[in-house]
Amino acid sequence: MSAQVEHKGTQAHLPPHPEKATMESRNKVLGFWFLIGAETVLFACLFGTYLALKDSTMGGPSTEELYQIPMVALATFILLTSSLTSVLGVLGIHRNNIKQVKLWFWVTVVLGAAFLGLEIYEFFEYVHEGHTFTSSAFGSAFYTLVGTHGSHVLFGITWIFCLLIQLSRRGLNMETAPKLYVASLYWHFVDVVWVFIFTVVYLMGKVG
Amino acid sequence: MSRGKHLGRLLFVFSMIALLMAGCEEPAKSVLDPQGSTGEEQLTLIKISIYIMAFVFAVVMVIFIYVLIRYRQKPGDDSIPEQVEGSTKLELLWTVIPIILLAILAVPTVATTFSLAEKPSEEEEALTVKVTAHQYWWEFEYEDYGFKTAQELHIPKDKKVYLKLTSRDVIHSFWVPALGGKTDLNPGQTNTMTIDAKKVGTYEGRCAELCGAGHALMNFEVVVDEEQKFDQWVAQRQEPSSQPQTAAQERGEEVFSQNCMSCHAIDGAELERKGNKAPNLTGFGERDKIAGVLENNDENLEKWLKHPDKVKPGSYMPSFDFLNEKDMKSLKAYLQSLE
Amino acid sequence: MATLVILIVFALFLTAIWTGGYDKQLLNRFRSHWLWDWITTVDHKKIGILYLIGGAFFFIIGGIEALLIRIQLLVPNNDFMVGDTFNELLSMHGTTMIFFVAMPLLFALMNVAVPLQIGARDVAFPFLNSLGFWLFLAGGILMNLSWIFGNAPDAGWTNYVPIASNEFSPGTGIDYYVLGLQISGIGTTMGGINFLVTIINMRAPGMSLLRMPMFTWTSFVASSLILFGFPPLTAGLFLVMFERLFGANFFDVAMGGNPVIWQHLFWIFGHPEVYIVILPAFGVMSDVISNFSKKRLFGYTSMVFATILIGFLGFMVWAHHMFTVGMGPVANSIFAVATMAIAVPTGIKVFNWLFTMWGGKIRFTTAMLWAVGFIPTFVMGGVTGVMLASPPADYQYHDSYFVVAHFHYVLIGGTVFGIFAGLYYWWPKMFGHKLGETLGKWHFGLFFIGFHLTFFIQHFIGLYGMPRRHFTYQPEDGLTTLNQISTVGAFFMAAGTIVWLINIIKSARSAIPAGNDPWDGRTLEWAISSPAPEYNFAQLPQVRSLDAFWFEKMEGNKKMIPAEPLGPIHMPSSTHWPFIMTIGFFISGLGFVFRSLEVGVLGLILVFLTMFIRSFEQDHGYHIELDEIEKTEKGANA
Repeated sequence: MSAQVEHKGTQAHLPPHPEKATMESRNKVLGFWFLIGAETVLFACLFGTYLALKDSTMGGPSTEELYQIPMVALATFILLTSSLTSVLGVLGIHRNNIKQVKLWFWVTVVLGAAFLGLEIYEFFEYVHEGHTFTSSAFGSAFYTLVGTHGSHVLFGITWIFCLLIQLSRRGLNMETAPKLYVASLYWHFVDVVWVFIFTVVYLMGKVG
Repeated sequence: MSRGKHLGRLLFVFSMIALLMAGCEEPAKSVLDPQGSTGEEQLTLIKISIYIMAFVFAVVMVIFIYVLIRYRQKPGDDSIPEQVEGSTKLELLWTVIPIILLAILAVPTVATTFSLAEKPSEEEEALTVKVTAHQYWWEFEYEDYGFKTAQELHIPKDKKVYLKLTSRDVIHSFWVPALGGKTDLNPGQTNTMTIDAKKVGTYEGRCAELCGAGHALMNFEVVVDEEQKFDQWVAQRQEPSSQPQTAAQERGEEVFSQNCMSCHAIDGAELERKGNKAPNLTGFGERDKIAGVLENNDENLEKWLKHPDKVKPGSYMPSFDFLNEKDMKSLKAYLQSLE
Repeated sequence: MATLVILIVFALFLTAIWTGGYDKQLLNRFRSHWLWDWITTVDHKKIGILYLIGGAFFFIIGGIEALLIRIQLLVPNNDFMVGDTFNELLSMHGTTMIFFVAMPLLFALMNVAVPLQIGARDVAFPFLNSLGFWLFLAGGILMNLSWIFGNAPDAGWTNYVPIASNEFSPGTGIDYYVLGLQISGIGTTMGGINFLVTIINMRAPGMSLLRMPMFTWTSFVASSLILFGFPPLTAGLFLVMFERLFGANFFDVAMGGNPVIWQHLFWIFGHPEVYIVILPAFGVMSDVISNFSKKRLFGYTSMVFATILIGFLGFMVWAHHMFTVGMGPVANSIFAVATMAIAVPTGIKVFNWLFTMWGGKIRFTTAMLWAVGFIPTFVMGGVTGVMLASPPADYQYHDSYFVVAHFHYVLIGGTVFGIFAGLYYWWPKMFGHKLGETLGKWHFGLFFIGFHLTFFIQHFIGLYGMPRRHFTYQPEDGLTTLNQISTVGAFFMAAGTIVWLINIIKSARSAIPAGNDPWDGRTLEWAISSPAPEYNFAQLPQVRSLDAFWFEKMEGNKKMIPAEPLGPIHMPSSTHWPFIMTIGFFISGLGFVFRSLEVGVLGLILVFLTMFIRSFEQDHGYHIELDEIEKTEKGANA
């Protein structure tokens, strides 16, 4: 194992897998996987809290009454699609095709924003129906879990947005490419968490 | 430093400790001297584990001391010892033996865990008491007999007592070391526990879960009587003598109704309301302790009434130092007359 | 009012950054100051020293708190520090000692030793490493500010709700706890990730996993425990914070909440935490015992697997802290048996240490004395641990002084002894000179005797019916003499600590160079100069065996065989952004404590702003040129 750290700077020819090419990028990717591990545990705890408290509605609307599956399904569809587009973006990195990278990551950001918009709209609806953060233990647990996910989405789109700016200024190089790769890893993680939320919170909430 | 000096220090420490242990006072409430079957079962397990663990500790210490004496580097000896990698046999040995020892401990552990959790059967005719913990006092409700009392849990000798434990505010823990281990009292949840006592006497109880400023003084007593005497006590509680007899006591009742009634209740007294925020004071004159801490006498009662917060930090009881001397005296007389 | 002050400070601070950035002279004056060098350092050895200073500082604070507790318990019905004040003392003592003493001091040792032991030039994330330190310091300072600004946390280090809720702990005490731990927790998680990646990716050629020194192994397992153990605490702290600050209802029974959720989250973190602080100490002991017995660690492979097993089982046993909560006999039995199972790998370790010394040539240096004192002490803590694992017996021990005695045997007898052993052992590698051996032995003697005086007796105090966290006892309880002995012991420990501090100052004054390899070492860190040069290894070493340096010495080589030709070495540049980001977190924490959301959010904005700047910064570090390396190496060997 060689610990050479090479800085190629702005170089036209990217290696086929820039995220594995240098010690620095390997560290970055591995470290990020560990961070995802930690985040998984964090979400697991919030899921546990939600499951323990979801029936404590204190006279407010129950999960069956509250959730509207069609809208949430649409949000799910949008988020899953954005995961796909980020994969296309990463494929662009591997092909060293900056146009493809830019296009697909921009689509990812837009889809992420659309998802966030739907979620905020959904929260407004719920608050309208008397399901608020402070109305019951169920409310607190619900907004904490779904809201934490939402804030991850917000962080994700801001992050990718910043990387897109860097991409425009500096082009695709040994610095920007691993960053984008890591951001797409993060984006997949946020998606996977949402799949669990969709199943555990919404679908299981409807079934009762 | 030479090995002799080091060992000397070790020996010094342990001998000093042993000496001190021998000379210390008799503890009033000890896990090691249980007076009920729950405590006895627990002590049995404590003993099994101590024996096993003492054996383990002894083995380690023998090897340890031998190694330290035998293999210290002697002056002038610069030879390099053999670099042993390890020994599969030894590794197996000290994996298997601990597993066996732990299995020996695990079997009675699991058995006792389940037996302690059992509810007393119908034939045992257990006495059921609902225990509610408050910051920083204990309420005991005898559901079968329809009365409540505070700070003193009276139980008959040789009878199972089934406790239903809950809390009104924060988490507390019910502990009477001589009768058995702890059970937490959680708000919104009822835990249960069975105890009994084989000897007449008074046993100290403590709150064992940090519950706020007055935690250290949230004491209570378990009073164990012969069954007959216990029945008398129950009858007395059901028909308490709470009527003032003298003029001073009558004035005392008035002072009570003006100042204390909104929080405290006295069964059988002619009061407009029965407060339930603070301990039920029926039969107060017969209690051993004031607020679970002070010996019940006139002087202490005044101390408590005047500055509850000084006696028990964090106590919710307001200070009554504004009462004039006569009222204070009457109030004390009335409270002490309650039987 | 507080909000205003913070806002002004914040504005001044922002002005300072933006204007100062253009005022070259001012900035140059900053930059040439020696403090700037430490604030901006990303060198793991310097960060290790910073962790040491921070940890030692909080050790003194936590120690003073302990002494005050012991003074209060000197006589029955003492009114020196009662009620809330006592609860604040015990809460701050516990929290400080675990989070701001044990962990940073272990991080100090890990930072100093791990990269050197695996033959790495640096850690994987020097930036995060520096950030981790500053966040720890900010969290510690934030929490201790509570002493100055009114009330300190008073719900124990376990911070159980509902006593930690607004209703039962009004004021800001608990908020300091929540935010202080949250901030330092982020730092700790980063530190954990940093060491995981460093150990996986940056080992020298030939340094296979099963050639890593035991300390590196235990640091690795402890780091993975941090990685998976801290998020439950983070989640739990968020819940408490939301409940206290934003009126959420996770724990309020009246609103359908359940206070036991916090206990679960806390102990899912809390039990792995126990192993986070004990495993690296095991590692230190393994290295020290092997080194001063002049023998290879006995049963190295089984030691490695025992460590991994302990780490794994550490996640399965959290509910043994909750036997009295009322989980029912089934859950209690399962967790009891799982807990007992941990005794097996721990026993393996103890016997392997004994057999490492068996047949060796034991040198009783101070470091070795700590290791030797550790064995019986830790075994005592271990056996009481097994006793506690049995629920029916635990109903009696739980929350009594027996438990207090148990965990101090493990945390002091294990972790603190381990830290002291490690400090005496690696001091020459950190500072270039040894700590004095004579004073060191006094330090050990006083501390060791004081420790056993204080805590051995507490087993009995517990069995005689004294619950923990009680600020007093009654004269008729028969606990007076026992408590007095315990208090006397605490002062012995304090005296030992003072001797240690004197030792540090004295040996720094004389600063007798210790040389590269003062202990006849076995592992890679002893193959380079003391203190280690900033690039650690001029040439990465070729590792050919466990105890790589010892192997070369036995082969007759004085140095490691290099795995690469001498060349310029790339180094990361120093950066002030971790410090600035930490200030953002600190402001945010303080803002939330004072219930000023604006300031809290402003602080977070500063955090994100620095992240943004950092992301756009193009900094490729610098190279140390060949002639400079040659000069340094010659100087070190002269």
